[in-house]
Amino acid sequence: MSVVFNTLLSVIIVAVAAAVVLGRQAFMAVVFFIAYGLLVALAWLRLEATNVALAEAAIGAGLTGILLLMSWTRLRALQAPAPPRPTRLIRMLAGLGAVAVTLGLLAALIRLPAHPGLQNAVAERLPLTGTENPVTAVLLNFRGWDTLLETLVLLAALLGVWTVTRDEDWPGPAGRRHRVLPDGVLAQFGRVLPPVALVIGAYLIWAGGHQPGGAFQGGTVLAAAWVVAVMTGHLPAPRVDDRWMRAAVLSGPAFFLGVGVTGLSMGTFLWIPPVIATPLLMAIEITLAVAIAATLSMLVFGAPEREETP
Amino acid sequence: MTPVEWLPFAICATALIGLGLYGLITQPLLLRRIIAFNMIGSGIFLLFGALSASETAGTDPVPQAMIITGIVVALSATALALGLAVAHAREGGRDP
Repeated sequence: MSVVFNTLLSVIIVAVAAAVVLGRQAFMAVVFFIAYGLLVALAWLRLEATNVALAEAAIGAGLTGILLLMSWTRLRALQAPAPPRPTRLIRMLAGLGAVAVTLGLLAALIRLPAHPGLQNAVAERLPLTGTENPVTAVLLNFRGWDTLLETLVLLAALLGVWTVTRDEDWPGPAGRRHRVLPDGVLAQFGRVLPPVALVIGAYLIWAGGHQPGGAFQGGTVLAAAWVVAVMTGHLPAPRVDDRWMRAAVLSGPAFFLGVGVTGLSMGTFLWIPPVIATPLLMAIEITLAVAIAATLSMLVFGAPEREETP
Repeated sequence: MTPVEWLPFAICATALIGLGLYGLITQPLLLRRIIAFNMIGSGIFLLFGALSASETAGTDPVPQAMIITGIVVALSATALALGLAVAHAREGGRDP
């Protein structure tokens, strides 16, 4: 039975992906891409990767979707000239190349040797990590390096987004002003959703210690609450030079780096002593979630933009 | 997990990588190229995840953690790319 479901889901994902890539209008591509993200999240659930499914739904479909929609609006308002479509020959060659890549991957898939995986190695040392969620253990303990550098990548992306601000707009409130009808559907939505999202986000952060969830998923849901509250006009957009916002953005990486350096003084960078692992991991998770929520929100709001110049 | 359970997603992922590649080359709009690039990324994640689900004894948390990291990095790269695309359009949107 699950075979039928998985096959059907795969076919639908490919069909929606084809609509994203081949569809005529850019707006349709954006909308289909959001639907695509939710379907892929469903696929992750079928693969028993609940942590990934949560991340994909919140980040891959949710925040990426908002980003794409907002960018689409901005690009349409700017009315940049559309570049010419590539010639038929180039499209044919691209099609052949894409088919060749897919077939090559399929051929590699068949020849792939069986592999035991690392789940037993992780399960063996799980009691020493301070968490019962093996994915959280890998993210924050075994592979803390990856996660630390990842938060630095987020910071670098935010700096990159800010550097394309026009001089006359800097510093100002992040992003563009949003105009909302005070009694419209969106304003109502903005009253109902953020409180619910706050509870779910906080729960996901807490749950990451023992079941699916974690700093990234929970932080993203918190970011969504903030983004919705700002987009529906209930909160002002934070200024890019706001000290609290900047402190929140830096808190997670700074704390994690502090843990890393403290570990260094005991022999290993990012070493987490098993005795205090549980509270320490929770503290890392909470500060990271706050930093991720702030950074992702600021990434979604974008560079300060006062009013569009004609 | 038995092959019949994860194999559909692995095959689906290879198709997604191919579709994304085609879109990246043939779409003239920067916004749509960014979307296509994201599709290649999510196809690679799905391929990785489907292959790691192929083991018999439970799911492997290491690929899952790496994929979550990948999803977050993909989002930040997308945000930067979209910011650059908007800045490019603001400057007239022509090729240099």
